[in-house]
Amino acid sequence: MRVESEAQLAEAVRDAGGALAVRGGGTRPVGRCLGEPLEVGITGITLYEPGALTLVVGAGTPLAEVEAAIAAEGQRLPFEPANWGPVLGAPGVSTVGGVVAANVSGPRRVQAGACRDSLIGVRFVDGRGQVVKNGGRVMKNVTGYDLVKLMAGSWGTLGVMSEVAFKLLPAAPAQATVVIDLPAGAAPVALAAALGSPFDVSGAGWVPDVGAVVRVEGLAESVAYRAGELRKLLEKFGPVRIEEEGSAAIWASLRDLEPFVGKPGDLWRFSVKPSEASEIVARLGGEVLLDWGGGLIWALLPEGAEARALAAPYSGHATCMRGAAGVTFEPEPAPIATLTTALRAQFDPRGILNPGRMG
Amino acid sequence: MEMPKPNDDLLARKPQIIARLREVLPADAVIDDPNETRAYECDALSAYRCQPLGVVLPRSTAEVAAALKACHEMGVPVVPRGAGTSLAGGSMPQADSVVLGLARMNSVLETDYANRFIRVEAGRTNLSVTGAVESDGWFYAPDPSSQLACAISGNIAMNSGGAHCLKYGVTTNNLLGVTLVTMEGEVVEIGGPYLDAGGLDLLGLICGSEGQLGVVTEATLKILPKPEGARPVLIGFNSNEVAGACVADIIKAGILPVAIEFMDRPCIVATEAFCHAGYPDCEALLIVECEGSAAEIDEQIGMIRQIAGRHDPVEFREAQSADEAARIWLGRKSAFGAMGQINDYMCLDGTIPVSELPFVLRRIGELSKEYGLDVANVFHAGDGNMHPLILYNANKPGDQELCEKLGAEILKLCVEAGGCLTGEHGVGIEKRDLMDVQFAPADLEAQMRVKDVFDPKWLLNPAKVFPLGASASRRVS
Repeated sequence: MRVESEAQLAEAVRDAGGALAVRGGGTRPVGRCLGEPLEVGITGITLYEPGALTLVVGAGTPLAEVEAAIAAEGQRLPFEPANWGPVLGAPGVSTVGGVVAANVSGPRRVQAGACRDSLIGVRFVDGRGQVVKNGGRVMKNVTGYDLVKLMAGSWGTLGVMSEVAFKLLPAAPAQATVVIDLPAGAAPVALAAALGSPFDVSGAGWVPDVGAVVRVEGLAESVAYRAGELRKLLEKFGPVRIEEEGSAAIWASLRDLEPFVGKPGDLWRFSVKPSEASEIVARLGGEVLLDWGGGLIWALLPEGAEARALAAPYSGHATCMRGAAGVTFEPEPAPIATLTTALRAQFDPRGILNPGRMG
Repeated sequence: MEMPKPNDDLLARKPQIIARLREVLPADAVIDDPNETRAYECDALSAYRCQPLGVVLPRSTAEVAAALKACHEMGVPVVPRGAGTSLAGGSMPQADSVVLGLARMNSVLETDYANRFIRVEAGRTNLSVTGAVESDGWFYAPDPSSQLACAISGNIAMNSGGAHCLKYGVTTNNLLGVTLVTMEGEVVEIGGPYLDAGGLDLLGLICGSEGQLGVVTEATLKILPKPEGARPVLIGFNSNEVAGACVADIIKAGILPVAIEFMDRPCIVATEAFCHAGYPDCEALLIVECEGSAAEIDEQIGMIRQIAGRHDPVEFREAQSADEAARIWLGRKSAFGAMGQINDYMCLDGTIPVSELPFVLRRIGELSKEYGLDVANVFHAGDGNMHPLILYNANKPGDQELCEKLGAEILKLCVEAGGCLTGEHGVGIEKRDLMDVQFAPADLEAQMRVKDVFDPKWLLNPAKVFPLGASASRRVS
């Protein structure tokens, strides 16, 4: 079933006789997707104010459409959302509602925050079929509880979003990438040095066949200056070069996990304390990509690999993004599980919204 | 401001309640002498005061848990308190409650530059978090005006902002993890020194929940390397509208300064008299701060000068030295003190879309005339977070009520203009009964259901945030 207005969405949820598999464009088939498909086709930009850096948009609007509209005004979504469709083998059109539901945040997360940090308002339909709004269209808002954050990354299990609002940033006119020739395991220390510098790094990762990569963005002269300073700072870790023309492609490749597209195996995502990355990478074996200074590890492992056991011990959490390896999301400690179960029961008392998706 | 009628049974049981708290806590951690608890009868919304049954001052998470568990068993409401600097009455006691103060929990637990975080006990003051890492070239970004006094626990409860959050975000964007104690006394670890949540974003939910979901005893905070340098410029204008238009143009041009602050004439006049910062004689002024290397700052300020030039500024003053920079900030930072010296004032905190600045400022001027009370404006213009200060005379009968009425009108105006009631101070008791201007009953119901999960008996800071009528049935049970 496809709904094209909030009223239709509310009716569809109210009248549902059983589980609903909520989806935007279907490009993030992570976890179990049980029930009757409910596709959110509520589209269109409701409000865009470049002078206020704010955008309100229907949840079913294609991400590409939003990015094109704001790029025309020299602005962008700060969190650099990834397109996981190709790597997850899920062709389709990524929607902004899907991006929010999965809290998809790309390399710029280290500087500009996650999707949830740019999300300033939501409208959603809860499991009772009740329309709820939270947040709004202004950048600073502490009026009542922050259900906006709660909806981001809830994978459609608490409510189905009909509209989302973002704060935007001016797009940077220039960028450059400092590349250090290093193996993955040696990268986190160099990346930590870059992120601990005053040079406003907007990306810090490791890509196979490229090396450790550190990005700066901004006005052209400033970018040149900061890239130069970073080169001096990072020379002690290995051979360093500065990439200008090829910079954007490096980050698109890391963001969308291009090196893993079309390759067999299970795809895992670890969010950890960055300084743990080297040891985790060594224990995991297999192919990896590093982002967020090593705080985000993408690993391509043999099918059925016990990734959590291999990687342990680690802080943070692991998610099986692709593959049939048991539990998709990291099992929660008991006190947290008690709270999240009770929250789900409040928002979706019939348990019909993407049941088991995050389980 | 109405508060619920205290529970007579609890008032009558005060001796037993205090005795029980003394059993589970060290002797010096429980205060019940009214002469001593008087220090806790209000926060920075000092027009409202109420003596609690008692005050507990725990020294550890275990003691917080013990105090909460005991209060939960006895059915006693608890009002958590950081440093008591809330402008919204967020930590104002009720007569049948116990205040739980975190001031004794102020240690730094861990500093980790490689992973860019600091872990502190939540009673630590905001400025002393930066103080702990500053000499190594790092800082904690959120900087509320009260940062010298306010505690991290209160910052988390209210999701506090500050002048520099245009670039660095507010508390929720800089918080990585918390140790939370629930009303039942259970200790829950949420988040940690990694960047995102595993399951549902409970951390995002707790930040800004005004001490109603649990008591945060420890916090893992993101720290940032200090920029190479910073430099403010001061720009004077002939009207509020023109200054507002200049703000929108700066943002649209793709420059993101770390701060854009706005002051109008009444505020300029008052601060000049107070601290002689040497501000120009004009209707409105902006303070814009840029960061980076000297050359980067030059480049940004050059662009701002060009944009401002199109708005016919009365003056464009660029700080040439640390001393001049300090003088540019002096008036802004003294604004509240200056207003306080000439009058009693009420500080509002609504946010509006930046594009509505000229309209809202004009309308506030009209309302000010209608009510016969002066309003001075000083605020974070880059993100539309306004702080109109309504001046009144607390000793003049009826003046405070008139001031509150005008305040409510201005906040309604913010909501009508597409904004919200509070940008960084929180709802507390102050804006509680205006919540249904911004939210439909179903919106509030969804929020109250969250409290049902964390605090089913509604004992934690119960008479705050939600209109008393809306929360009545829950508070009774």
